[in-house]
Amino acid sequence: MRGAEHAKWAACAAAVVLAATACGGGGGDGGSGGGSGGVLSSSWGDPQNPLEPANTNEVQGGKVLDMIFRGLKKYDPKTGEAKNMLAEKIDTSDSQNFTVTVKDGWTFSNGEKVTAQSFVDAWNYGASLKNNQRNAYFFAYIDGYDKVHPESGSQSADTLSGLKVTGPRTFTIKLNQKFSSFPDTLGYAAFAPLPKAFFDDHDAWLKKPVGNGPYQVDNYTRGSQMSLRKWDDYPGDDKAQNGGVDLKVYTDNNTAYTDLIAGNLDLVDDVPASQLKNVKNDLGDRYINTPAGIIQTLAFPFYDNDWNKSGSEKVRKGLSMAIDRKQITDTIFQNTRTPATDWTSPVLGEEGGYKPGLCGDACEYNAEEAKKLVKEGGGLPGGQVKITYNADTGSHKQWVDAVCNSINNALDNDRACAGNPVGTFADFRNQITDKKMSGPFRAGWQMDYPLIQNFLQPLYYTNASSNDGKWSNEEFDGLVDKANGQTDTAEAVKTFQQAEEVVRDNMAAIPLWYQNGSAGYSDRLSNVELNPFSVPVYNEIKVG
Amino acid sequence: MGRYVVRRLLQMIPVFIGATLLIFLMVNVMGDPIAGLCGDRECDPATAAQLRHEFGLDQPVWQQYATYMGNVFTGDFGTAFNGQPVTELMGTAFPVTIRLTIVAILFEIVVGIILGVVTGLRRGRPVDTGVLLLTLVVISVPTFVTGLLLQLLLGVKWGWIDPAVSSEAAFGELIVPGLVLASVSLAYVTRLTRTSIAENRRSDYVRTAIAKGLPRHRVITRHLLRNSLIPVVTFIGTDIGALMGGAIVTERIFNIHGVGYQLYQGILRQNTQTVVGFVTVLVLVFLVANLVVDLLYAVLDPRIRYA
Repeated sequence: MRGAEHAKWAACAAAVVLAATACGGGGGDGGSGGGSGGVLSSSWGDPQNPLEPANTNEVQGGKVLDMIFRGLKKYDPKTGEAKNMLAEKIDTSDSQNFTVTVKDGWTFSNGEKVTAQSFVDAWNYGASLKNNQRNAYFFAYIDGYDKVHPESGSQSADTLSGLKVTGPRTFTIKLNQKFSSFPDTLGYAAFAPLPKAFFDDHDAWLKKPVGNGPYQVDNYTRGSQMSLRKWDDYPGDDKAQNGGVDLKVYTDNNTAYTDLIAGNLDLVDDVPASQLKNVKNDLGDRYINTPAGIIQTLAFPFYDNDWNKSGSEKVRKGLSMAIDRKQITDTIFQNTRTPATDWTSPVLGEEGGYKPGLCGDACEYNAEEAKKLVKEGGGLPGGQVKITYNADTGSHKQWVDAVCNSINNALDNDRACAGNPVGTFADFRNQITDKKMSGPFRAGWQMDYPLIQNFLQPLYYTNASSNDGKWSNEEFDGLVDKANGQTDTAEAVKTFQQAEEVVRDNMAAIPLWYQNGSAGYSDRLSNVELNPFSVPVYNEIKVG
Repeated sequence: MGRYVVRRLLQMIPVFIGATLLIFLMVNVMGDPIAGLCGDRECDPATAAQLRHEFGLDQPVWQQYATYMGNVFTGDFGTAFNGQPVTELMGTAFPVTIRLTIVAILFEIVVGIILGVVTGLRRGRPVDTGVLLLTLVVISVPTFVTGLLLQLLLGVKWGWIDPAVSSEAAFGELIVPGLVLASVSLAYVTRLTRTSIAENRRSDYVRTAIAKGLPRHRVITRHLLRNSLIPVVTFIGTDIGALMGGAIVTERIFNIHGVGYQLYQGILRQNTQTVVGFVTVLVLVFLVANLVVDLLYAVLDPRIRYA
């Protein structure tokens, strides 16, 4: 009662002041800058790194790149299949040497032609150590990468020897190993072409990026807003169906959601966990919840002998069987996650290598079997497992506690599992890099491109970039190498799945759940969809 | 007076150095920030080393601090991880927060002092009890509850305001956030003023003023209020610093891209340059506000002399 009184009083005070200063505040004016051009507003977060194609590794910057750039390939927003975009053809006879022909008639929005040189220059820039590009390792398959980007010391070359321009629209790529699905990776933003303006006046370009996608940047105020407008002369067939997009930085996704409900924002592509319960009521069918190429797992420190002795795979399997995934995804995530039954993602499709049930019994909740396996494997190291996670973002604490609860119940031991929060993401990553983990830890993987290779090689191959647990298995490595050399896609996928079975038999990581992308939108919009990277397909959204 | 100010300014130097050093060390203790820059994967060692070198993180901490302070005195606050100079971030963040603080302080001064005077003069009456209860409620309810509640009621249910502040953050948009930010302090100001007024009302000089036949409003404003304001001014002065740095919660709720938001993001990303830079400026604001408050005493009470 007092609370209500208080609110009323405060509201009255506010009302008086509002009237006095005549600011009006009328909430219903749309706020997104006129509907005639069909411009929509969308929530955004401040990109963490400078907005360059080879330097952007998170969704917020990725959103923009997706609108202002088109690469050789583009992933179909529905199926995730890699389709030729700027590439007329990419030929190879041995899965190692590729000849790329760029389509004629493409230009950047400043009028400059997109040529083979635009690609080669961009890739050389991305790979070069001195440019500090976070995604440089994407070019690691190209011959000469070790010269341009040595592991230590200074670089001995500025350009990749594996890239050669052979004509205005053709260039050749030589890889340092066989990699049959390499052309399919070329849809990733890091492989986008760059105009001369990028190199000539880098600072100006960063202030107002110029690309070759369906939108061009109209206005960019760092840290608060970016206005993108339709590029009328865009030569591609995926022209923007709206007049433009205003990306607005929000300090908190809850505020963005509130703004959507109040009618001041058109699209929120990250519905906060705390609102999932209300979202059906608030938005009805204007809420979308579709699979994205993200899997959450628990990784193990294989550099710790406790987790890397014979029998410990039984403990890991036992832990996996002690987790009631269904219950957790239902209650904590409100079905925005799906219990995982393999180590890939449903967005790959069965042809692409997703194989539901590959994990088998090991991913089914079974308390009896779990207890038995843990016992056979020599019990939990130190009598207790601690699941380490970063507590600053996401709702990691909630699910880690739930997982621990489930393990404790299954093993009939209140002390079997406990959460171990780390304050910040950076510190969490630090402890992982410094090999300081003593038990299982949160590992999330968001795919770079929709290939089964991307779900296995970077995560489980010996010394791979995201092999945080430092798991190493010769059989797995051999199968991955073999699959990369196979030109027949179906064959390669099969070999990758064999490799995945090795991961399963050793329980190198416990798969938890596949993550969905979620978004909510206002009634002004239609045809809103999320692509497999959980980014809205902006160019297809219709306004009005 | 002049000597006093100089002495106070000199005292600021060790405070300033100590405060920045502490912040610098605290942010450094959190570990290597580069690891967080590459998402859920390990930065490749060469790039990480290169970045560390670029941000000066490969040097020992004391040397980092020395370099940093050297740069600060030339006006260079370093670069944030997204490649933006920290001074540029400050240029956008501080005006917004200053506007928010002004709104909040105005609320404190106008509403707080008026309520304080009214209740102080009517001790024990229903108005007094009512306001007292109200301040109790405001003090006990956390800011984020007040904020979210007002946002929901005024922004969504009744549509009087926009729930989120635009990036321009004009004064008009900052009224409700300013009220939320000020609410707790406002309650304190009310209570402080009330006690002070109630106490001084019985003092000799007030009785003298009334006996002289001065009009009531003159007695209250010139004699009673002026003498009662000293503790209130102290409180409001120190509150300026607290409001500017402590707006993290309010700024997040109402989408205000001010100092609190930049600090929050700087801490999450372990961005030493941003955090230390902003805190350094806040420390300065705090010190200056305190000095101004001390000087104001002399204005309010002519008996106070600084030598």
